[in-house]
Amino acid sequence: MPAETLPSLADVPREPGAKKPDAILVADGVVRRFGGLTAVNVNHVEIPRGRITALIGPNGAGKTTFFNLLTGFDKPDEGTWTFNGKTLGGVPAHKVARLGMVRTFQLTKALNRLTVMDNMLLGATGQKGENFFRALIPATWRAQEREITERAEELLVRFKLDAKRNDFAGSLSGGQRKLLEMARALMVRPDMVMLDEPMAGVNPALTQSLLGHVKALREDGMTVLFVEHDMDMVRDISDWVIVMGQGSVLAEGTPDEVMADPRVIDAYLGAHHDDEPSEEPPAPVAAAADAPETAAEKPAGEEKA
Amino acid sequence: MDWNLIIQVSFESIIGSTAIIYALAAIGLNVHFGYTGLLNFGQSAFLGVAAYGLAMSVTTFGLPFWVGIGVGLLGAVVLALLLGVPTLRLRADYLAIVTIAAAEIIRLLFRSVSLSEWTGGSDGLQRFSDDFYAMNPYSQGIKILPLIDMDSRDLWVLTVGWILVALACLIVWLLMRSPWGRVLKAIREDEDAVRSLGKNVFSYKIQALILGGVLGSLGGFMFALSRAAVQPDTYGTELTFFAYTILILGGAARVFGPVVGAVIFWFLIVFIDALLIELIKVGAIPTAIMDPNQAGSVRYILVGVGLMCLLIFRPQGIFGDKKEVMLDAR
Ligand SMILES: Nc1ncnc2c1ncn2[C@@H]1O[C@H](COP(=O)(O)OP(=O)(O)O)[C@@H](O)[C@H]1O
Ligand SMILES: [Mg+2]
Repeated sequence: MPAETLPSLADVPREPGAKKPDAILVADGVVRRFGGLTAVNVNHVEIPRGRITALIGPNGAGKTTFFNLLTGFDKPDEGTWTFNGKTLGGVPAHKVARLGMVRTFQLTKALNRLTVMDNMLLGATGQKGENFFRALIPATWRAQEREITERAEELLVRFKLDAKRNDFAGSLSGGQRKLLEMARALMVRPDMVMLDEPMAGVNPALTQSLLGHVKALREDGMTVLFVEHDMDMVRDISDWVIVMGQGSVLAEGTPDEVMADPRVIDAYLGAHHDDEPSEEPPAPVAAAADAPETAAEKPAGEEKA
Repeated sequence: MDWNLIIQVSFESIIGSTAIIYALAAIGLNVHFGYTGLLNFGQSAFLGVAAYGLAMSVTTFGLPFWVGIGVGLLGAVVLALLLGVPTLRLRADYLAIVTIAAAEIIRLLFRSVSLSEWTGGSDGLQRFSDDFYAMNPYSQGIKILPLIDMDSRDLWVLTVGWILVALACLIVWLLMRSPWGRVLKAIREDEDAVRSLGKNVFSYKIQALILGGVLGSLGGFMFALSRAAVQPDTYGTELTFFAYTILILGGAARVFGPVVGAVIFWFLIVFIDALLIELIKVGAIPTAIMDPNQAGSVRYILVGVGLMCLLIFRPQGIFGDKKEVMLDAR
């Protein structure tokens, strides 16, 4: 569905939890606590279908944890959410992916000792050869393997990774791995793609092409929800911005509106007052732009949550 | 120096039943550890359960041979489920802890006095292999001096054993070039990534644990049949760690790695042992330094030093790909 025919977001109220004309994802009362810390406490949020929505907020705001909850990688203490009208609470991660919601990880998860092509092929769902008994009889899966190889090849060309198809994924640069992870997610043929800091650590020469790829997802009718710190990029590609702070949704709106919102400025400055007063940035926009992907920011449990 | 003897025992170790048993055990571990990244430290239990499943069925309960084989295979599957279902949803180290403990528990059960009515206690069981040897088509042994001198029973064990090794390799080869094997290798790299792509990681890990356990159980059958006896203490942790050594020596995640590893490992053990004993006998090594009883320990020291050198200079094993192993170090 091309963006022009989608219902406009112009009339959506600029407030946390605003109703959208056609929401693909609706979350209600989602709470996740780690001991005494409430990492996520989202009353209500809706993600518009077919749009690029940015999820921003200072480090530790709970964005990654919220991603983990929505995609079944973590279990909430409370709350429900629906995707394409289906309730997803308690659905395991692999089933969430099969239902069409696929995520990438803040710390890239390339499968290092698999080739780039094998990384891609793995993404295809419904493979006959992934059944133990059929796997023993290549005749039962050869044709399908050819099909998905073709599809993978097209995506690799689009992401300019085709020259690397037979290299180990572990030999790619950080940016190429981000590209591979995104391309691999597309092999699942998702309705919605959730990207956790897709530009973090990517060589500036590659960011433009990554941005282009994200926009292309929207052209192809997919919904994108992505976490990003660089406000220029957020402004460049997103249709809608949701701001999180200390676990809850603080503000929503178009990129320009949100970036002028005093609550948002407060959230960024506030967080930095608490964490690292010495590195207090001059302005919220710059602060966000400077926020790097630091190891300290990654929650301890993310990898094996 | 009796070079003929050294040559003969060394050659027989290359093709012998011990190499077969350990090759099968290591092929199973290769599925677990090499391809899927599962830390199974209880491979000995899969061999033990199969061996005892066969021996107890036939000797204790008087069931036919093939029923005993079925019981042994079923035992391996059940063991994989018992070990895997509670642990494979947890972090990787839980499986390691549970498998090593379970393997010891199983060995202690086999040798416990209270169960000796069925298991034969620490003496184990005999007289279950008659049907196996009754199928022996060879009427005489083979004697090509100085290489080999074997009777017809040995020959039959080797024939069946190497056929099983070949079949196990064929199955692993077929599976690991299929999309099924691709999922396993991906799980080894990062299971969350695999989950995010819609695969039921838990189910694949269970399947891998069962497959590797069943392949290992073939080694258990060969162990029991080649010795025509089962004994609890042969299924201890040493067996598992030798199998790991063999796997790493040959090259993990390579179809023939475990086979080549097993052959080289047992050749070295037997050759060094025979050589040391002969050297002591002819006085080349004074008994003040080492007596024949100590030679058995010294060979392990020498093999251990050799393996350390291998890991330093060729960490990927004999068959591995250095580039691939180095990716791990990131
Ligand atoms: N597994 C965990 N155990 C304990 N605390 C966690 C865990 N995961 C996240 N947190 C905490 O939850 C808060 C939100 O983290 P996160 O979702 O990673 O934030 P963001 O992605 O917005 O930077 C942080 O304070 C973090 O330390
Ligand atoms: Mg994060």
